[in-house]
Amino acid sequence: MKKVLLSGNEAIARGTYEAGALVACAYPGTPSTEILENITQYQEIDASWAPNEKVALEVGIGACFGGARALVTMKHVGVNVAADPLFTLSYTGVRGGLVLVTADDPELHSSQNEQDNRNFAKFAKVPMFEPADSQEALEYTKLAFEVSEQFDTPVFLRSTTRISHSKSAVVLGERPTEIKKPDLERNPAKLVMLPGNARKLHPIIEQRTLDLEEWSCQQPFNTIEKGAGEVGVITSGVSYQYVKEAMPDADVLKLGMVYPLPKPLIREFAAKYKTLYVVEELDPFIEEQVRAMGIEVIGKDKISICGELTPGRVKGQLFDQDSPTEDTSAELPPRPPSMCPGCPHRGVFYELKKAKAYVSGDIGCYTLGFMPPLSAMDTCICMGASVGIATGISKVLSEEDKRKVVAVIGDSTFLHTGINGLMDMVYNKSTSTLIILDNRITAMTGRQENPTSGYQLNELEAPRVDLEQLCRAVGVRHVTILDPYDLAMTGKVIRAEMARPEVSVIITTKPCMLVPRDNQIPRPPLAVDNDKCTGCKACLQIGCPAIIWDSEKKKSIVDPIICTGCKVCLQTCRFDAFQECGEIS
Amino acid sequence: MSKVNNILLAGVGGQGILLASEVISEVMLMAGLDVKKNEIHGMSQRGGSVVSHVRYGEKVYSSIIPEGEVDILFSFELLETCRYLPLLRKNGRAVVSDWKIAPPSVARGTVPYPKDLTQKICSQFPSSIIVDGLNLALAAGNAKTVNTVLLGALSNILDFDREMWLTALQQMIPSRLLDVNLKAFEAGCQAK
Ligand SMILES: Cc1ncc(C[n+]2csc(CCOP(=O)(O)OP(=O)(O)O)c2C)c(N)n1
Ligand code: SF4
Ligand code: SF4
Repeated sequence: MKKVLLSGNEAIARGTYEAGALVACAYPGTPSTEILENITQYQEIDASWAPNEKVALEVGIGACFGGARALVTMKHVGVNVAADPLFTLSYTGVRGGLVLVTADDPELHSSQNEQDNRNFAKFAKVPMFEPADSQEALEYTKLAFEVSEQFDTPVFLRSTTRISHSKSAVVLGERPTEIKKPDLERNPAKLVMLPGNARKLHPIIEQRTLDLEEWSCQQPFNTIEKGAGEVGVITSGVSYQYVKEAMPDADVLKLGMVYPLPKPLIREFAAKYKTLYVVEELDPFIEEQVRAMGIEVIGKDKISICGELTPGRVKGQLFDQDSPTEDTSAELPPRPPSMCPGCPHRGVFYELKKAKAYVSGDIGCYTLGFMPPLSAMDTCICMGASVGIATGISKVLSEEDKRKVVAVIGDSTFLHTGINGLMDMVYNKSTSTLIILDNRITAMTGRQENPTSGYQLNELEAPRVDLEQLCRAVGVRHVTILDPYDLAMTGKVIRAEMARPEVSVIITTKPCMLVPRDNQIPRPPLAVDNDKCTGCKACLQIGCPAIIWDSEKKKSIVDPIICTGCKVCLQTCRFDAFQECGEIS
Repeated sequence: MSKVNNILLAGVGGQGILLASEVISEVMLMAGLDVKKNEIHGMSQRGGSVVSHVRYGEKVYSSIIPEGEVDILFSFELLETCRYLPLLRKNGRAVVSDWKIAPPSVARGTVPYPKDLTQKICSQFPSSIIVDGLNLALAAGNAKTVNTVLLGALSNILDFDREMWLTALQQMIPSRLLDVNLKAFEAGCQAK
């Protein structure tokens, strides 16, 4: 049997294919994004980006009501957005299997919070599988589709960053040769959730959880691995791997399904040990349920609720052993990400700072406008929030302060959940200014297409949303289109719109630097004329990674390999020191 | 159980770390070993620190290397090397390109790029190998092949057939870039 190395995300994509799914839908979000990107290699599956997670889940629900198997994927916070359909889908159940992948991000490698989505399984009464490596990611995906149909329920598959982005060896299977043809089948008593229908379904889903609990006790994904017999550990997912490293002699109850828990199996296991541990990342999800069964365990009293686990942290926290960590001393300056050389967002933040705007920010590459030296972001909560927050804060401020408030949002985020906020701005007569940074792509998560980019996930052309017309259609009377590489104009427009006592929208129109199709005209890199540079450091205030301070010569240098020739730096220099490479004699 | 071997890759987004860890993992898989690799990416195109863990042996559990058990720190940038030095085991070694890339605060002139990093690495881990990756890559014909130069240097100290490295490179690298990368690999093998 040939083995291939697959990431957890690649394995979930493969499992979806092998399960015979016909539809996959998602909104991108680290660490889940590559699942859909990998599914595009399987022509049999209709894969698409939705504008947000709620729509993605609803598309999946539609496909499953038509009788097809459907996969829906999102990052952990995406489930917050999709929660509304999810909680009622739990009542209706499915027709074709529906699997919802939640990719959690312990340690917040690239997220705004560290929520533990196992809680959603319990809250929505939806069973949840949790793989511990790529092979399990593939197998549990297939299993999740089967369980979905067998128990008439949507099923969660929970991954974490270390599962999604780790590669391990996987043995592949095949796609079934025969797949049931989807068709229309009416069943309103099951699918129309009026109170009368939903009330009848509630006891059925409570019984479903009990049935799943009993069934899962006999399933091979919940297994006991014998060790020396002295201590017992209950664990699941990636934590299992760390337990095997840190406590090689322990007896382990490894849970492949983390909701509902196999309570009889846990009781039987727990009875054998004086010392019983629960090792899990984030919340005491398993621990609290085990304690509620009257079983004493060592868990979050030792193991931190915050951050991810590692082999060293498991050992360190359980047995008070120190393990080394990376060198975080001040002599080694950190290396946070920064906006790319030539990024179209840069000039806008430079000018917002100069205009002393109070920036109600949002989530995307432009959140890096928070970082020094731009340092021009005052709030950032979740996708789309910039707009409502700007409206709300303006309500309580003086006339003078009100004018300082500017909301800044990207194209993908605006269509995700920002548009509703704009309707509110107009409807309730806010006077705020909204800047939409339209770079025609969902850049932050690795450049995915969206309804403003003109392309679909599979790179086929698609109609483009006209943002200007959209804003006008909801009632915005003042919409300005702006070239953000023109600093003087950018500053002028921002100030004028901030002063306007009415809602206004500014839309920037330059594409992300990393999308080749939108950057076909090459621009020569710039260089600094040594004779003209006075070492005033003004150009360093834009935070372009291509400009480096030469601490010996006390002058700026441009790295010609990464400079994109955007000329933003040139406009900050009073001494005319920046020129196109080759122009300096 | 036989020992699990641990390579920690470190560098800056855009240096080709993920490709390098992919090549190493393929070689280990070809050798019939259990392999796990893991990486933190997602925002890496904007020049942040990138690390990747590669572990191989008869049976590997965690894809994260237990802290303090790194056998080889395989790094493409000096400052990044020093960041992860504490994770090396006692008799471990670093295989490093002496490339310096200024992090944002250095580029802005707020702090200097730290001095004497090469000495620090070699005094703590005397068997370390420092390679002039950038110049060897330029000599091979493409500045972007530093990662492959370093793979050449790494292949010298790991006990796997040269053929396997070449096969893995052929699998992972697009054909138009293969020649220059094979040259770069060779240059790394010759470097001392
Ligand atoms: C609910 C939710 N879904 C997904 C994400 C992941 N995510 C962060 S920013 C972003 C989109 C950024 O695109 P855009 O607004 O166009 O800005 P750009 O990065 O292109 O500048 C995504 C998908 C998230 N943080 N929250
Ligand atoms: S990826 Fe695109 S949008 Fe993001 S920082 Fe780079 S150029 Fe800007
Ligand atoms: S032109 Fe100036 S601001 Fe633009 S990428 Fe080059 S150095 Fe950076």
